[in-house]
Formats: sequence, structure tokens, C-alpha cells
Amino acid sequence: MIPSKFDYVKPASVADAITALQQGGDDAKILAGGQSLIPVLRLRLAAPSVIIDLGGIAELRGIREDGDHIVIGAMTPYHDIIRDDLVKQHVALLAQATATVADNQVRHRGTLGGSLAHADPAGDLGAVALALEAELVIAGASGSRTVTAKDFFVDYFTTALGEGEILTEIRFPKYTGWGSHYEKFNRTAQAWSMCAVAVAVKVDGGTISEARVGLTNMGTTPIRAAGVEAALVGQSASADAIRAAAEHATEGTAAPSDADAAADYREHLAKVLTGRAVLAAAG
Amino acid sequence: MTATADPTTLEIGKARTRKEDARLITGRTKYTDSITPHGTLHLSVVRSPLAHATITGIDKSAAEAAPGVIGVYTAADLGVEAVGLPCAWPITPDQKAPQRPLLASKTVHFAGEGVAVVVARTVAEARDAADLVEIDYDPLEPVLDMEAAIAPGATLVHPELETNESATWVFDAGAAGTGGSVDEAIAAAEADPDSIVLKRRFIQQRLIPAFMEPRSAVCDPSGEQITLWAATQVPHILRTMTTVTLGVPESKLRVIAPDVGGGFGGKIGVLPEEMLTVVLAQKLGKPIKWTETRSESLLAAHHGRDQIQDITITAKKDGTVTGLDVHLLADMGAYLGLVGPGVPILGAFMFNAIYKFPAYKFTCTNVFTTKTLTDAYRGAGRPEATFAVERIMDELAVELGRDPMELRQQNWIKHEEFPFTTVVGLTYDTGNYEQATDQAMEMFDYAGLRREQEERRKNNDPVQLGIGISTFTEMCGLAPSRVLGSLAYGAGGWEAASIRMLATGKVEVITGASAHGQGHETAFSQIVADQLGVPFEDVEILHGDTQISPKGLDTYGSRSLAVGGIAIVKAAEKVIAKAKKLAAHLLEASEDDIEFSGGNFTVRGTDKGKAIQELAFAAFMAHDYPEDMEPSLDSDAVYDPENFSYPHGTHLAAIEIDTETGHVNLRKYVCVDDIGNVVNPLIVEGQVHGGLAQGIAQALFEEANYDDQGTLVNGTFVDYTLPSAADLPSFDTATVPNPAAATSNPLGVKGVGEAGTIASTPAIVNGVIDALRHLGVTNVEMPCTSQRVWRAIQDAKGNATQETPIDTHSPGAGLGSIDPNNPQGETE
Repeated sequence: MIPSKFDYVKPASVADAITALQQGGDDAKILAGGQSLIPVLRLRLAAPSVIIDLGGIAELRGIREDGDHIVIGAMTPYHDIIRDDLVKQHVALLAQATATVADNQVRHRGTLGGSLAHADPAGDLGAVALALEAELVIAGASGSRTVTAKDFFVDYFTTALGEGEILTEIRFPKYTGWGSHYEKFNRTAQAWSMCAVAVAVKVDGGTISEARVGLTNMGTTPIRAAGVEAALVGQSASADAIRAAAEHATEGTAAPSDADAAADYREHLAKVLTGRAVLAAAG
Repeated sequence: MTATADPTTLEIGKARTRKEDARLITGRTKYTDSITPHGTLHLSVVRSPLAHATITGIDKSAAEAAPGVIGVYTAADLGVEAVGLPCAWPITPDQKAPQRPLLASKTVHFAGEGVAVVVARTVAEARDAADLVEIDYDPLEPVLDMEAAIAPGATLVHPELETNESATWVFDAGAAGTGGSVDEAIAAAEADPDSIVLKRRFIQQRLIPAFMEPRSAVCDPSGEQITLWAATQVPHILRTMTTVTLGVPESKLRVIAPDVGGGFGGKIGVLPEEMLTVVLAQKLGKPIKWTETRSESLLAAHHGRDQIQDITITAKKDGTVTGLDVHLLADMGAYLGLVGPGVPILGAFMFNAIYKFPAYKFTCTNVFTTKTLTDAYRGAGRPEATFAVERIMDELAVELGRDPMELRQQNWIKHEEFPFTTVVGLTYDTGNYEQATDQAMEMFDYAGLRREQEERRKNNDPVQLGIGISTFTEMCGLAPSRVLGSLAYGAGGWEAASIRMLATGKVEVITGASAHGQGHETAFSQIVADQLGVPFEDVEILHGDTQISPKGLDTYGSRSLAVGGIAIVKAAEKVIAKAKKLAAHLLEASEDDIEFSGGNFTVRGTDKGKAIQELAFAAFMAHDYPEDMEPSLDSDAVYDPENFSYPHGTHLAAIEIDTETGHVNLRKYVCVDDIGNVVNPLIVEGQVHGGLAQGIAQALFEEANYDDQGTLVNGTFVDYTLPSAADLPSFDTATVPNPAAATSNPLGVKGVGEAGTIASTPAIVNGVIDALRHLGVTNVEMPCTSQRVWRAIQDAKGNATQETPIDTHSPGAGLGSIDPNNPQGETE
């Protein structure tokens, strides 16, 4: 399949990319790996006038420690995240969820920033960023700003990124010593999540002292399962308590219906998978 | 006449890696799309987004003005409005066969039908300009449901036919004299308190063949013969049918199928696009190339299956089956494919399967709808038949409280009863269902898994275990020409082969069976090496080009080895007969005293002899040869089998179902096949593995979904969920150690290309239902998705759940929600 014609630029710095984005106007599209954009182009679902490939900007790649945070460059490919020791130690949930994304080839091309900026509610990493209260650093012509994941995800494929802005870094607070698990349910091994649950819990002496739960594909954005979190905190990490808490999983969701899962089934899945994810994380 | 070399040196039976693999796996081969003669222009098809509509206007101006465009053409522009694509299988004398045009002129009959074509200098320009062709449509009511389509007052797909029924084909064993009347069997069973009558409806969902290489055609009109390269399974049939369709003399046409990347029946057709490349190449005097996109392929390449099966079985309460009545509705789509109408009919002879049904009747009505055509898909009619009979045998076992394997054993043909003439009049030459079953049960640990199943049921385990059985047979090696003639099939079933003994001792073998991934070059070389006593490496297999291989009936229906391979054996026998005569002359001996073994012709009782290579050279030099022979060892043969071959096997699946989510996990799959003698065990294993994956995919993963407007809603690989290796377990496959070799051919081979697909689908579904039966679940439609399984469990519990929508799009909405007919999401 052949995409419509477009111009292609590959800036070497964030500043150049922002300039190119401003020059490109409404029809410019950022290529941040290509997991979603390339198929969309090939299927002619989008016909941008110019593609700005961020793949040549070295400063956007890499993982570093910054005090209480792990900072991940927006153009860091999944593969690097999955294997990174800092991530595994301090943000294990992110590594676990990323390892479930697509297939091996895609994991070498797709990037964390690309996934978050695309904001597909069926994408796996939004729920992780939301649950873990990540901060997203956004660069524009007038400098950079930081928004919380909660404020970043606005709607279906819509984020707080403004015109001429680029997501540059994702800052995850450290969850060192927390238990975590990403429970994903999909139609085939490499398909998008029909429903998935991202969980990190802190267990002290058999009692859950803190909990973070995010849901994938249960609304137009990733969803924070605040009801589950509240129900978990202070409870023993027992199967019964966890299952009872998981009954809150559908609060605040707006499950979509599609050929793979109508809303009622998806809601049922959310509860079952939440229970399993918490149990695995706490175990 | 056959070589009797030391068995350890025999090529047949060796697990050789395939000759073809290096070039195929490294991508260093030529597919049709890799062929670009100088000056090639590119074709893009403008397709209807609507299932059923009147064309009210076509505006070509913007497309014609686009960069690189040579022209935009409708059927009228090309003068091909009266040209119709062939259907070669009139199953009844009064079959209604609407002419399928190259491009729709007045009315479109399915979403994806071509309306106009763009020719441009580059593929990209052709594709861009195709988007600029503006076609106005007046929508008509789509015809989507088969039962509604044949009800009185239905909207007609082709009003001039005055019906949506193409044909009804009946086989009644009572009337044919091959068995008893099923009506009488049902009446008798109804009247008998010691008998039961069981009716079930099964749905064979619509599938898409999804071959790896998209379809493609290149036509070069320069030269005395027009050359047509095509990604096709059937280069010879394509040549003849191009003549029939377009009137190009057959002698003026050369068709080449270069390496072809899979087909599964999906490349058996004669395509409008292939004909259009010929028409346009002739019109413009330039080579024309067309290669479809994946979305076009899913939308417009022919689909498979799509039947409603109403099955009635009668049996004594002791388990003995007494009758089988089959009523099918088969969705043809909007027109008839090349052999589409005959696909369900191929199943007619297989519903009785391995069982001794005394009475049988088969009735099939082929129905037109405003959907993509259906035609052959791996197994073609036989997977549908096998599914229905293997499912209903399980249902009967449940009804009678019997172990499903025991019930099968009670009713199948015992190994000592072969040859056995079945209720449809086919004679199964050999078979040993006991042997394959015993081996499979042992590999599977049937008893152990039944115990585990009982445990899990007792413990109310959230993960339940089901055991699925399929004891299948199939008729393959299509086919005896006379049988095909009796079914009004538009061709014979023979295959041709030639052997050329080159001066330097190498051997060229020409076959009419052109491979599209099967490994013919390797397997045929092994056969020839044994037959002629020459090294495997010295044999070259040539095929797929009508200039090289002028005669053939191509590759489908598991026929390449059982028919094409035997044609090669017959040609080799003629080579040896000629060589023997020449050897006798050169060795000054009587022909009766010449013995042939391991490539050497020797005079009995002496050490005098000639190697076959020496004889080939002597024939080439022709300085000294008998008066009554031509100086050549080269030989041709055409082989027409006398019977089908009947591979069979026992397939067992252990299915785990997560009752909380409905997720189906195929934990273990064991199959033991009896495919007769094996030429290459590695190729057999590959065929079985691939076949299993495709059959399992029907059971668990695949379905072409249309919305209520007749739009294919899962027209990308994002939504049309083919399983990958990650979705399947490692299969435990085996062939029986002592196969019941086919008696119908000298190699004792049966064919294996379709076995896995035919057998596996019912094994999986039987396993799914077996896991849930104790919960009250009696059926789950295919594909048995987690959602369907979960709903079946809820229904059995009496919990109402909402309907599963099929007309919306899957997750990964960023890609999954693509409507291939309207990718931009534009509103009318």
C-alpha cells in the first residue's frame, strides 16, 4: 500500500523540530517511531503534508535517574525500556506493560513518547503513566512546560499537546519496592488490549498501604481506577479482599463496544482482570 | 520397472530440507510483482464502497488530469461490457449463473467490485488518481442473509434471474441406489422407541484465504505471444480461460506463474484484474501491472466457507447410526466463482465420513447475496462436511450418554472391511482408523485427561478442561476425470509430466502441477531420483510457464503428489523402457536380459552394463541406436487417476477454558494422520502444521464480518484476526508407522495438503463445548471468541447479557476502526 504524497524532514534537535512543526502547520504529523502512524499512512487514513521524523534527535532518547524520578526520553524505544535496569528497579510496571506491546519488531521501533502522544485508549502505556502519576514534559516555541498524566489525556486521540508542541520527556516517580503487574486481555497475542489493568501496590506486612490502578480501553482515555485504589488501601492482600475491591473497577469508566467486546463484557473483564492484576502485584 | 536400490539410499522417505527454501526465505526470488518489463504502466482499480447500488454517474476528469495518468477507463471505455468471467462448474443444468463483468457498468453487486480503472506511470500515481475518480451511486437494499434471500419477496441481487437461488443440488443415496432412503430412516427412527432423531444447525462462518503474497498480474503485449505473469495457482487454466473470456487465441498467449506466495484456494480463480491487464496491454501496447493491496485482497479476493448446515442424524439407542440428512445453504456471494458452485458439492461425498451410514441424503441450495464471491478455500467443501459430522457425532454421544470416541469406533469402517463402498458410492481403498486412533489416544493420554476433566468439574475449577475429537477422512487427489465429468465439472482431473534426459546426464522434469509454496521441486526430485537412479541434485523440476510446461491442470485439492507425482512416475517408466532398449542394443544383449537397478542397466549374469547417464549421452550422440527407436529417452505422460485417495487421521485437542473470562486456551493438540506412504516427512510436517493453524483459526479466530449495509468491517489484518505462532501451542503431530498405503497409485501416496485444515476445526469446537457442557452450554458459534464463550456460559446460567455487536470495529481503534471502503470516514 502506498501512502499519499508527503514531504519528509528529519530535524537534529528539538528546536529544529518545533520550527518544522510550526512551518508545517495543521497538516504536519510527527513520526515518533511509526507504530501507528506508518499503518495509518499506508491505509491512507491520514494524508499529512509533511512528516517530521523525530528519530534523528539524540537528546530525546535515553533513560536517566533524576533524584526521585526516572526520566525517559520521549523517543526511547520500547525495547530499551523493557531492558533498562533503572526502569526494572524503580518503575517495574512500565517495563512489564511495555513488554506486552505488539511484537518484537514493533518494540524496536515504537517509542514511549509516540505511544502516549498518540493517546489511543487501547494503547497499553497510557494507563501506566496515569496510574503511576507520571509527568510529561512538553516543549514548544516559548519553552517547556510539564503536565501531569491526569491532565495530559484529554479525549480519544487527544492530549494536552498544543499546536507546535512536542512531548520530550516522561518523568516517572520511583516506585522502588512496590509490587506491580500488567494484566492484558486481547484477541490475539499481538493485538491491542480489549481491556487491560495496570497495577502497582505497596504491601507492608500483608496489608496494602498504597495502590495505583490504571485501566486500558475502558473509556475514551486511559482511566484511573480510583475506586479500586481506595477500596484496597488498608486491606489485607488476601484474595477475597482484593476481589471485593476489584468490583469497583468499572466506576467512572465508559466502556466502548466493538466486535471483540461489547461494553457489558468489557466491564466484566475489567473486574476480573483487576482482581488478577492486584493479586499478582501483591503476591 | 521401478528402481530397487538399497533402501537406505532411497530418496523417498528422506526428510530433506526444501530446495526452494533458500531463495524463498531470503526473498531472492521473483514474484509477479517483482517483474517489471521496460515501460510498464500500473493499474489501480476504483472499487465500489457500497454492497448494492446503481451507478448514476462517473466523473473521471480530476483523475485524468492527475500527474502521470495515462487514462481512466470504465467497462464501456474498454468495450468490455459484454465480457463475462467464466464459471466452470454448472452443478445443475438449470443453474443460474449471472455474468460477472470485468467492471460493473450499471449496478454494483458487492462492496469491492471494480467500477473503473486508472492506468498511470507509477503505482503511486495510479493509486492517487484512483482516489480522484468520483462515482455517484443510488443505493439499493443489500442482500446479506441467506435465509431471507430465498424467502418470498426478497430483494433480488440479480432481478433478471427472478430469484436469489442459483441452484439446488441433491444427492439421495436411496434414489442413486448406493444406500437407503433417509426419509424412511427418519420415519423409522421416529416410530421406534429404541431409536433417536437428532437435529442440529451449524454455521460455517465466512473466511478469507489470506495468502501471504497479494494477487498480482503483469501483461506484456510485445512479442508474438502475449505474456501474462500471474500470482496464480492455475497458470494452465488461466491460459485457457483467458482465451475463453477475451478471445485471444490460446496459441498467442503465454502464462507464467513465477514463485507464488501461497494460495490456499484463493488463487484458483480467473480474475477481472488479470483480464483487464490483458485488455489494457493490448489497447495501450505497453506492459501493464496490477498488484492488489492487502485491504483490496481482504475485500475483493474470493472468500471461503459461509454455509448454514441443518443436519439430522438418526441412530439406534445402542449407538448404531442409521441415517444422515444434510441440508445446506451456501453463500455464493454476488456472482459465481470459477468453481465456487461446486465447492459445497465436494462436501456431499464426505458428510458420511468414516462412518457406516446406511441411509443418506444431501441437499444444497446455492444462494446469491451482495457479498464478495466465495470459492475454494483449503479443503473446499470437505472441512464443512467434516465439521458437521464430527460435531453431530459428539452431540449424539452426549444424547446417548456415551464416550464420543467409543461411539465413533462403534460406527466407523473397521480396517478389515476395506475396500469399502460408502453410502455415496465412493470406494475407500484402504484405511485403518483403529491404528491412527490408538496411537493418538496414547500420545494424548486420553484417559489421564478425562480424569483431570472430571477433577476440574468436581472442584468447580475456574479453568475447565474439554477434550475435542475429530476422526476425519477426506477425498483428495482431484480427480478421476470421469467422476468430474459426472459432476459436470468444466475440466478433467489428469496431470501431465515430461522427463528430459540431458546429454550430460542431468534430468529436467516438467510438471503441470505448479507449486505455490508446497515444495514440489523437492518432493518431485526425490521421486525422480529413485525412479531413475540418479542423484537428487541432478534433477531439476520445471513448472509454471506454459512455454516450458504446456500441459497441466495445476495445483489444488491435494492433487499434486497423488496425481502430478504419479504422472512423473509414469514418464520415468517410459524413460526406463527406452533406455533399456538402447542398453540392449549397445550391450549386444536381448532386452529381456537387461536388468535395471540404481541407475544401471546390466546384462543379467554378467558385469556388463551402462549407467542411465551413459545411455542419455548415447541417445544424444545418436551414433549407434536401434533401427526401431528414435534417438531419445525423453518421455511424456498424462496420468488420470481411477479413484480419489482417502487420507484419514485422528485429531485430539485439550482445551482449557477460563470460565471467568471465556478465554479459550488450546493446551495440547495431538494428531496422527494416515496419509499413505510419505515422500518427505519434513514437508508433510509443514503441511500438517500449517493446515492445523488454518483449521484452528476457523474454530477460534477468523470471521469476515459484514455490517447491515454489506460493508466488510474487518478488512485489515488489525481486525481480521489471523493467529500467529504466539497464539498456538506446539503441535504433537505424527504419521502412522504402518500406513494403509493407497492402492490407487504406484507410490501408495494419498495427499496431505488439506488434512490439517479439514480435521482440526471440529476437534477444537468439540473441545470447547466439551469443557462447558456440564455448565449447560450446548453450542458456541465459530469463531469461539472469549466473548462468545463468556456469553454462552452466562446464557446457560440464565444471566441475560447484551447482544454482541458485529458492525463496529475492534480495539486499537487508531487502526482498528478503519472502514476499508471509506477509510477517511467521510459521510455520504
